[in-house]
Amino acid sequence: MQTTAHRIAAPTRFSPPWRRAFWFGVLIIAFAFAFLQTAKPPDWMLDLPREHWLPLQAGISAAMKWLVETANFGLFTFSEATRFVAYLLDQPLALATAVFAHGFTQGHGSAAIELMPPLPWLAALLAACAIALHAGGVRLAVLAAGAMGYLIVFGQWQSAMQTFASIVIAVPFGVVGGLLLGIAGHRSARFHKALMPILDAMQTVPIFAYLLPILFLFGFGPVAALLATIMYALPPMARVTLLALSAVPTELVEAGRMAGCTPRQLIARVMIPAARAPLMTGVNQVIMLSLNMVIIASMIGAGGLGYDVLASLRQLDIGGGLEAGTAIVVLAITLDRVSQAYAKRALEVRRRGALRYRWVLLGIVVALWLAALKIEPLRHYPESWTLSTGVFWDDLVEWLNVNYFDSFEAVKTAILLKFMIPVKRFLLAQPWPFVLFCVMAAALSIAGLRRAVIAGIFVLTIVFTGLWQPAIVSVYLTGVSVLLAVAMGVPIGIASGTRPRLWKFVEVMIDTLQTLPSFVYLIPVVMLFRVGDFTAMFAIILYALAPAIRYTALGIREVDPGVIEAATAMGATRMQIMLRIRLPLALPSILLGINQTIMLALSMLVITALVGTRDLGQEVYIALVKADVGRGLTAGIGVAMIAMIADRLMMASAVRMKRRLGLG
Amino acid sequence: MTLLPDDANKLSCRSVWKLYGEAAGNFLGARASPPTPEEIRSAGLIAAVADVSIDVRAGEIFVIMGLSGSGKSTLVRCLSRLIEPTAGQILFDGRDLLAVPEKELIEIRRHRMGMVFQNFALLPHLSVLDNVAFPLAIQGVERSRREARAREMIDLVGLQEREYYLPRELSGGQQQRVGIARSLAVGPELWFLDEPFSALDPLIRREMQNEFIRLQGLLKKTIVFITHDFDEAVRLADRVAIMRDGRIIQVGTAEELIVSPADDYVANFTRDAPRARILSARAIMRAATGTAQVAGNVDADTKVCDFAAALEAASQPFAVIEHGRVIGLVDRAAVMAVFVGAGLRER
Ligand SMILES: Nc1ncnc2c1ncn2[C@@H]1O[C@H](COP(=O)(O)OP(=O)(O)O)[C@@H](O)[C@H]1O
Ligand SMILES: [Mg+2]
Repeated sequence: MQTTAHRIAAPTRFSPPWRRAFWFGVLIIAFAFAFLQTAKPPDWMLDLPREHWLPLQAGISAAMKWLVETANFGLFTFSEATRFVAYLLDQPLALATAVFAHGFTQGHGSAAIELMPPLPWLAALLAACAIALHAGGVRLAVLAAGAMGYLIVFGQWQSAMQTFASIVIAVPFGVVGGLLLGIAGHRSARFHKALMPILDAMQTVPIFAYLLPILFLFGFGPVAALLATIMYALPPMARVTLLALSAVPTELVEAGRMAGCTPRQLIARVMIPAARAPLMTGVNQVIMLSLNMVIIASMIGAGGLGYDVLASLRQLDIGGGLEAGTAIVVLAITLDRVSQAYAKRALEVRRRGALRYRWVLLGIVVALWLAALKIEPLRHYPESWTLSTGVFWDDLVEWLNVNYFDSFEAVKTAILLKFMIPVKRFLLAQPWPFVLFCVMAAALSIAGLRRAVIAGIFVLTIVFTGLWQPAIVSVYLTGVSVLLAVAMGVPIGIASGTRPRLWKFVEVMIDTLQTLPSFVYLIPVVMLFRVGDFTAMFAIILYALAPAIRYTALGIREVDPGVIEAATAMGATRMQIMLRIRLPLALPSILLGINQTIMLALSMLVITALVGTRDLGQEVYIALVKADVGRGLTAGIGVAMIAMIADRLMMASAVRMKRRLGLG
Repeated sequence: MTLLPDDANKLSCRSVWKLYGEAAGNFLGARASPPTPEEIRSAGLIAAVADVSIDVRAGEIFVIMGLSGSGKSTLVRCLSRLIEPTAGQILFDGRDLLAVPEKELIEIRRHRMGMVFQNFALLPHLSVLDNVAFPLAIQGVERSRREARAREMIDLVGLQEREYYLPRELSGGQQQRVGIARSLAVGPELWFLDEPFSALDPLIRREMQNEFIRLQGLLKKTIVFITHDFDEAVRLADRVAIMRDGRIIQVGTAEELIVSPADDYVANFTRDAPRARILSARAIMRAATGTAQVAGNVDADTKVCDFAAALEAASQPFAVIEHGRVIGLVDRAAVMAVFVGAGLRER
């Protein structure tokens, strides 16, 4: 503690007037690069020629190939090991898929006969309502009924159940795996030390980059998708577990030890029960992340709702995309609310009552299931009873396009021409040695020498793997999105921070925004603005807006009331209190929010590759389509490096600012 | 007071150290003589417990007292080996506790030690009954037996009819009763209490102290009791150890601490103590000079408050008797001095 305090308190490289002059100079040079023909740097500084690239991509590809084709552990080969894992995962997944989506069949293809239909929709509806009622009361049951009703009536049932089957299998793996890793990290300091950087890296590597090696090792299909989902949802659970276990009061642990607990009993009977509140939020996270990933993993064969959305997006079938997208939203909100209600119940109710009438419920479900063998409308919800809003949406879009096309187009063109393209040109005109210098100088002055060196290495890695141009496009797209997200989010946060009623409304909005899988954001935007950078930016803003609002409101609200009182007593107006007290004191919190916004924007960036951007995300996407592991992983690592640089710098400035304000 | 033979010590510790800091492990081993506080500080270490040697006799209430941060909690955790001491020896019934393997230590904790914590440390997800039965549950005692035993303990601390409450539905005093019941469920011989009543309101604290005295009257455990409150120490202790900066400054009965404090730190603690209830006739008597007139006799161990009224009513001093012999005299002036808090007469 003392050493960091010392380092941060130590005078930084540039004394304030100097520092300002330095950055002013940097800005002038940057403008010169952008606008003066005479200052145009040589081409190799803008895009390194191929012959200088490091053979990283080829290296990764070769390593992967070696793994799959020759790696041998003595008793078995690597590919035998992967096949074994695949086999293990396939058993429960096949069962769940049969129960929820496809039914049990014998034989293959068109010759298959259905032995047992999948869980009938009526039974599932009933079960969902009963579970929701048990978890959170009548209101939640109504929500569940509405959600299931939507899925059934609008013909999304089959896909939704297929997605659900993946989640049902992925979540236990994610929860138990994360829990075990977290426990191991808690018990061994060395394991903890090894685990943390891996968890950090896994959180910054973009989602698509996960898919690649898995695709390569496990092939296209539901099992590969399941594995990707588990790998994606597990690290946050491990992190939550580590935090939750270390937050258990020391006295409680001591009480357990004095009672004579063995180390295992201590974990299982004292620490985990005592930490169950944060652990429950971890479970909720695993559920939501699994859903997000299952949707995205449709690219490597997960099927279900994600596949429907993807197919619609590819065909620009807006109506179909919206319906499937809404189904995802409905599923997400239901899963979120029900799991949260259970988390809350676990803390509130004295003796955890089991689901009352559960035998009755089970009986009804089984009876319906057996009945479905004979009664066709029970077995499959009749097509003639379904509604489709696809036509309606298509009409709406057409109507919007007929009547408002010009206005949309005008807005889009204006923002593109006046804002986005100039920023892009400006950034692309900067030679990489100059950018390297700027990044390192900034890191040095904010976060110290070590971070500066690391940042420098990251930038050079990007340059020498030939990713400079797509990386700059990524920075530009993230930059403009974050800029606008902050320009919208911070004022909303300020406005709602001191107004509890407004905050309640805003909170529901951003909670919902954050529940939705990232894929969903693309649909309405594509509907209105077609494909391209503008659409991508719009979707990124939607996805990344929430933390900017949340952290600003939090910072504004949590300013010490004593200080506010003192200022009021001095006769400060509301405006003065806001501008001179709340806002400056909330700044560290706002910075954290912006940091989160940047992280979300970067993760969304890769998904917007679907709407035709030209950045690192596109590199990953193309690699995914071509199953080119080297190319995809390198680009994925590039995104991760950008994220890490931004993250460390933002965090360091937040900490510095906090200290300067004496907030701890 | 007769000296007990050495083997009556339930728990002893010799030169126990607990150092915090980066090089704490090698610091002590590398030197021949014990380090001074200055040396420790200049090595960047914190001595939470420094060179502590104490003996706790079977069946006594041994109170460790000191200001907050003086190392009491760390010491008691060293004694129960919740914290591994940096150096020293701890003898429990003559057995070296620090050499005991993990498995046996668990057995010792399961059957022979109990501990009560300042902030109760109840398991938040278990009912009162399950909390009290917890130490038995982890030993694998079957449900009906452990619940019967837990009910017994709950009755003992006066919480009957609250068995199914969760900890957060109880008041602080009630929660600590659960903590006490839990620590007694296995029938320990050695009972550690780390500031068990410090988190409670003064009135409740008084009530709990009385309760504690009643319990000890029934149970006769060997007790190590931590407090920062001298009044509490006086009410409960057979002997008190005063701690400062990790070191034991003085060990003695409350009376000995008042009569002959080792230094100003100890004297400061004892200054506002209820002396009339602590000091005995022996502590304030003067030498019997030949053939003085006496109005009555008083036993040497009788507390001042118990004979003050009688002496006040009499016109002559009382003779102080021990083993049937007169060993001194107490007069009104001496008793007055106790009540007005003037300096003590040397014995
Ligand atoms: N884990 C630790 N690391 C560093 N210092 C500690 C640690 N635990 C206790 N200390 C220090 O040891 C001293 C004694 O603490 P403690 O035993 O809790 O005192 P008490 O119980 O008398 O209030 C304090 O100065 C405290 O800061
Ligand atoms: Mg303490």
